[in-house]
Amino acid sequence: MTSDTPLLQLKGINKSFGPVHVLRDVDLSVYAGKVTALVGDNGAGKSTLIKGVAGIYPFDSGEYLFEGKPAQVHDPKQANALGIEVVYQDLALCDNLDVVHNMFLGREETKAAMLDEISMEKRATETLKGLSVRTLKSVRQQVSSLSGGQRQTVAIARAVLWNSKMVILDEPTAALGVAQTEQVLNLVRRLADNGLGVVIISHNMNDVMQVADNIACLYLGRMAAQVDVTSVNHSTIVELITTGRSGDMGLQPEVAAAGGVA
Amino acid sequence: MSTVEQTTDVDVAAAGDSGGIGQAIRDYFTRVRGGDVGSLPAVLGLIVLFIFFSVMKPDTFLSTFNFANLLNQGTAIIVLAMGLVFVLLLGEIDLSAGFTAGTAAAVLAVALSSWGMSWPIALIIGLLTGTLIGLIIGLLVARLGIPSFVVTLAMFLALQGVMLLIISEGGTIRLRSDFLLAIMNKNMPLWAGWLLWAIVVAGYAIVTLRAITGRRKAGLKATATSVWAAKVIVIAVMLGVLVFLLNQERQIVRAGKQSCPVDGDPPLGCIPVIQGVPWAVLVVLVLLVGLTFVLSRTSFGRHIYAVGGNSEAARRAGISVKMIKIYCFMICSTLAAVAGVLIASRDNSVSPTTGGAQTLLFAVGAAVIGGTSLFGGKGRVMDAVIGGLVIAVIANGLPLITQQSGIQFVVTGLVLLIAASVDAISRKRSTPS
Repeated sequence: MTSDTPLLQLKGINKSFGPVHVLRDVDLSVYAGKVTALVGDNGAGKSTLIKGVAGIYPFDSGEYLFEGKPAQVHDPKQANALGIEVVYQDLALCDNLDVVHNMFLGREETKAAMLDEISMEKRATETLKGLSVRTLKSVRQQVSSLSGGQRQTVAIARAVLWNSKMVILDEPTAALGVAQTEQVLNLVRRLADNGLGVVIISHNMNDVMQVADNIACLYLGRMAAQVDVTSVNHSTIVELITTGRSGDMGLQPEVAAAGGVA
Repeated sequence: MSTVEQTTDVDVAAAGDSGGIGQAIRDYFTRVRGGDVGSLPAVLGLIVLFIFFSVMKPDTFLSTFNFANLLNQGTAIIVLAMGLVFVLLLGEIDLSAGFTAGTAAAVLAVALSSWGMSWPIALIIGLLTGTLIGLIIGLLVARLGIPSFVVTLAMFLALQGVMLLIISEGGTIRLRSDFLLAIMNKNMPLWAGWLLWAIVVAGYAIVTLRAITGRRKAGLKATATSVWAAKVIVIAVMLGVLVFLLNQERQIVRAGKQSCPVDGDPPLGCIPVIQGVPWAVLVVLVLLVGLTFVLSRTSFGRHIYAVGGNSEAARRAGISVKMIKIYCFMICSTLAAVAGVLIASRDNSVSPTTGGAQTLLFAVGAAVIGGTSLFGGKGRVMDAVIGGLVIAVIANGLPLITQQSGIQFVVTGLVLLIAASVDAISRKRSTPS
């Protein structure tokens, strides 16, 4: 795999729920070591696209290439096997368990049928260290005692614990304050610097411009454009989100207009 | 990874032991203030109740005879509460556990007397009756998605009917097995009590010490040796006092009578010697150790906590939430069957009221008083033991003070409500802002 082969490449993806055509001929490329921001207004199809990538439901048609090879992903376990982990907005953490327990939930390490707490605690600590996380007092803290940013950190650390190659983050900063948003965005940056492919869904343009390497913009189920962050500015992105096109970028005028009518 | 490396830059779990006893006590109070009260209210309640009844009725409540009696009364409640801990951990409830106990005991008694089976086979059939009831409840709750409150309320009625059909109305069936009767009516030899004490204390000391040395070797934060030693000593002394008291002769010898000699033929009209640790204590101990192991040391136990804490998170982590639920109801009902055997052993017989009346309420109360949350995700098997003792002290002490059963009901109900309030308040406190 050369460095310009995308880690994940989607080509001509379609997905309908009954009569509703949610995704139309969507292309998306995610590169290792890069942060790809997925933006778009409510109902543009961001969640549908992500859930399809994660194997929650299959796409109707289109190519799904992982590391340049076609992959079959119909089940979350298959996505995990490829090295794809998703951090959902609700984080899916158990408040009553501690950080280590949460990171290994469902994939506990055992020795002679007993939980191997020592090995799990060491691996959890190493993973957090690898992400330069310094905000946790102890990995034996219950999650209920953590702040929103710390929870997000734990959920992200859980996603990278399994030698994953690609991490998808669904609105990781939506519920956070300024300082915590900063911490989480730094963490997202470090994930990419460690060589992972990162997809981040966000409504916050400041976050997107700060952390992303390239931006994929969905407009009413179509991929309006996937552009390098250096080639655009704040208002271009907003225009792409709201009208599907900006200058010579984005959908053809007739397509954008047709989408707007439908 | 070496210890040195660990301490370099990361604040996460810096190596080295946590502080000494003083630090351990401070940490504990920090946890309590944070809403993690655990068994503290129950232990305090137990002490207050004990002092209260001792002051009110020093000669009867404090007698060693009554002390052993209290343990015997508490045993069945404790075992039933242990089972309920498993369903309460999921945030579910089993209202039928009391009559599951009764039904299992009835099947056991019939198997012994009518079918003429030997006690081990009859016992297994009795316990499997409980497991089967749990399987049915579990399937209805997990597969069909009926709230456990409704399923077990229906089973509460249905099982009463099953018991009536088995025993026939107004009847009782004697428990015909010396072995099973001995569980609640006989005591260990004095030496066996002390042997048990030695095994428990040494076992606790070795297991906890091995955990500490293992963590140290791996360069992780471990409990300080002084804290460990203090815990072992406290447990050794408390259990030692318990065994010592139970090993006293507790029969009250009235004037003109003499107690029987330990060996040889007893003279006519003598009063038998009653001393030693009741066998029932061994049953509770084995269940306590075994079930605590399952809950805290296996991935199955971990998954129970996960489902109780956030079932959606557990499902996404690949845990089969339905299977966990079914297993927990099966464990609960099987333990209820064990409790049924204990009740039958204590009463020497099974009647349609076995496991009825306040049995279930006492058991739920025991689990909740001990610190198991009604909202799921929080609880230990030890809670059932501590809470069961609180309930037993109330059930034992109140009749010594007042014969009015009205007052007894009201007090017991209030205690359960207080425990549930403590649970709800501590839950509010620990919810993050």
